Amino acid sequence: MSLCVEQIRHVCTLGAFESVLAIKRAVPIIHAGPGCVAKLWTTLGSQNGHQGSGYVGGHAIPCTNASEKEVVFGGTDRLRKVITNTFDVIDGDLFVVLTGCTSDIIGDDVGEITRKFQAQGKPIVYVETGGFKGSNLIGHELVLDAIIDQYLQPQQVEPGLVNIWSSVPYQNTFWSGDIEQLNLLISSLGLKPNVIFGPDSSVDAINNIPKAQFNLVISPWVGLRTAEHLKDKFGTPFLHYPALPIGPTETSNFLRTVGEFAGIDPSVVENVIRKQEERYFYYLERAADTLLETRLLPRRFITVADSLYALGIAKFLTNDMGLIPEKQFITDDTPTNYQSDVAAEFAKFTNDIAAETVFSNDGGYVEEEIRRLKIRSRPIILGSSWERVVARDLNAYQLSVAAPIGNELVLSKSYVGYNGALQLVEDIYSVVLNDFM
Amino acid sequence: MSINLDRSQVIIREKRLKSIVGYQGTIKDLAEQSQSGCLKNASRGFSQATNCNSGCAQGYLSSITDAAIVNHGPIGCAGDVAGANAGFQWGQRIRDWDQRNVRIINTNMSEKAVVFGGDQILKEGILKAYERFKPKAIFVTTSCASGIIGDDIESTIKKAEAEIGIPVVPVFCEGFRSQIWASGFDAAFHALLTRIVKPAEKKRPELVNVINFVGSGRALITEIFGRLGLVPQFGIPYSNIEEISRWSEAGATISICGTLGGYMGNGLEQNFGVPYVTALQPHGISGFDDWLTKLGETVGKEKEVEEYLAEQKILAAPELEELKFKLKGKKVVVGMGPSFAHNYIRFLEDLGMEVVWGFSWHYDAKHDHGGCPSCTTELTKKDKDIPVSVSDQQNHEVINLLSKVKPDIFIGRHPGMSVWATKMGIPAIMVSDEYSAFGYQGTIEFGHRIIDALTNNSLAVNLSKRVNLPYTEWWLEQDPFEFLEQKNKKTERENKKNVAVR
Repeated sequence: MSLCVEQIRHVCTLGAFESVLAIKRAVPIIHAGPGCVAKLWTTLGSQNGHQGSGYVGGHAIPCTNASEKEVVFGGTDRLRKVITNTFDVIDGDLFVVLTGCTSDIIGDDVGEITRKFQAQGKPIVYVETGGFKGSNLIGHELVLDAIIDQYLQPQQVEPGLVNIWSSVPYQNTFWSGDIEQLNLLISSLGLKPNVIFGPDSSVDAINNIPKAQFNLVISPWVGLRTAEHLKDKFGTPFLHYPALPIGPTETSNFLRTVGEFAGIDPSVVENVIRKQEERYFYYLERAADTLLETRLLPRRFITVADSLYALGIAKFLTNDMGLIPEKQFITDDTPTNYQSDVAAEFAKFTNDIAAETVFSNDGGYVEEEIRRLKIRSRPIILGSSWERVVARDLNAYQLSVAAPIGNELVLSKSYVGYNGALQLVEDIYSVVLNDFM
Repeated sequence: MSINLDRSQVIIREKRLKSIVGYQGTIKDLAEQSQSGCLKNASRGFSQATNCNSGCAQGYLSSITDAAIVNHGPIGCAGDVAGANAGFQWGQRIRDWDQRNVRIINTNMSEKAVVFGGDQILKEGILKAYERFKPKAIFVTTSCASGIIGDDIESTIKKAEAEIGIPVVPVFCEGFRSQIWASGFDAAFHALLTRIVKPAEKKRPELVNVINFVGSGRALITEIFGRLGLVPQFGIPYSNIEEISRWSEAGATISICGTLGGYMGNGLEQNFGVPYVTALQPHGISGFDDWLTKLGETVGKEKEVEEYLAEQKILAAPELEELKFKLKGKKVVVGMGPSFAHNYIRFLEDLGMEVVWGFSWHYDAKHDHGGCPSCTTELTKKDKDIPVSVSDQQNHEVINLLSKVKPDIFIGRHPGMSVWATKMGIPAIMVSDEYSAFGYQGTIEFGHRIIDALTNNSLAVNLSKRVNLPYTEWWLEQDPFEFLEQKNKKTERENKKNVAVR
């Protein structure tokens, strides 16, 4: 991985406090310096689809704001005080203590403090997320580890219940819409999604994680560790589906794979697919004139995104829309041991097309590489708002699909499934059409 | 305390200006305690996320057009860079410049660097920044991690500087060092004063340094100053290194914000002989009058200023009367940084509104010129004593207080605060542009903005009906400053009087 990083697209381990905020009525308690929340929230929230503080985010998050005194003399007294008072002041169902660099470097024993509250029966866990440990995607998995190890209790399995591990809350700008779409797809097969993050989430769903018939990881690598952990601890089997299903080819394949794994009657699955594809192609047929006849259509695309979106979008645009992938830049600091598996997925396109992948979390390097590409048509760059500058310089079209997205307001939008693919077609070609007028 | 440019590290506000983040009382008491030197910071038994000085230092320096920044820390310490870039895009847009991204490199400090030291990655970061951006200067911003592990920043920087031959300047802004994020502005200005600003080769008496942020008010100020025979030089953002090196040539320095500009203004005065205008902020009529009058006195343009203001007064009088009629008696709570808060309190009272509470996110007991901030002493001249508190965006205090005093409107300045008032059904205005309410026309414009916010409150009302606050009923029944450990805290009875439903 790059040593230095310019134009950052993810933040440090502590950024996983946003995953806690994604669970309704779950409350992060942060033991770190005074600026960590504000900084991390900028990339994961305010400049990322303009996701605001919500129920207990931003300046409502309990935080020790560790000062020189805590750094010199230790911060455990301060933390104990803040946790004690949080239980009185904040109305929540689950509390997660997360640490920052200051606490982890000086070695505050946060576990000892938290265990005392746990012993009193308080719903609280702790996780050491000092920023130097890695990205917030790693942090996301560490938070889930903490919940699994310190909070979850074995449960009787409920047939048909599925935990979905996919879009990472707040990091993936469209995460809440994605979760809603994935839930709809899973429900359409007669399965019951256990909704852990987003508008329908609850701490009950967290409690029910061990009840699931299986865990479903829809992502190139993030979430695998969680599924493996749950298998070790509760024996829950898991299905790993590496690509985010976008568009008819991938979504239908996804539904068949899940249906088979869950033991669902294939006729049920095929019936769902037929209806959804009919709807999709009704709209696509209407769009076909413009997709073929507009001036200066993009023929090639460059993706600069987390592996989740890069792969999902690349598969859709190549397999369904007839575009050709230029270099695909994977910016999520993919751990080295996963890189070859992720890259292999980019070699499985229709017509034997393989996309070249570049793993780098250094946006400055990515920009240099993009400027070096020789592209004949006007390409489209699907990246973050960092790419707006290079896109303008190269006369490319640009659509923001990955953090940070400062140039769009994102609420429930998603590019997942059949419907998400229609949304993506709308967004890409609206960029093209807007360029003319 | 005079500004010492022999040090590589700025002295934080807590020590230099006796600044605090915890207090509850009234404006007269606050001024009296700071003048008598007995103002003490109160700590809190419960606290919520604030901001750190690194954000201010890094954000401010990042919009110097031909400089680069190396942020030495784990990648999250560059989490605010996306925000700095958004601001930078806007500043370029309002200047009709081609837009480019901010030039900030983070050293991506890992566990390994924390254990074995980060000097090597810092050096690589500096060389990378030089190679990538060909800057005229590089600023190195520090982090909690680099501060705690004790990286020898200065020696690494010196070595890198010798290699690349441009100024490489440390900006010490570890988050834990100061609870006052404005210390980051001082760190940024200290870096400029120590390494970039040069002694003047020739003086330009007509030139006035104007310290601001994005600078949306440039055209208007240029026009006003032109009438006075003066030329404004805006910065530091959107200036280049060469321009900044010659800030010592100016006839005076003035700032849009006392919290922002004090260190640079006084540093230029004490070390380069450029007088600093310590006036009220130019928000609202009395503030603008004072700002321009004091500037006129400093540069010998008293008569021109007097004529200009007299003319403006006549032009604006009818509209101001109308505003005062419409806003009379409306209750407002203000929550901003100290200079903006105390200046807006004065300005809103001038408009006939009733300021029922003033939050300032910190408070400087004195400024770098030695005196108590003029915006604070100005408020003590009024008959009415205004209840105030110092609270670094402590959301639980703000929400609790708003639920008790129920103002007609909340006026705030920093991101992530106004939204909470709105969720309670209270209309809110966020003053994100530093030139809001600037001068006569800006004052009238802002008055209409308040009227508009009061005229249709449907968003706030609808949100408040459906959205739950994260606070327990127990908390909302407590005194808003229950957790403030203040020795001479107002008795509960007095406090209840101050926050009583009006």
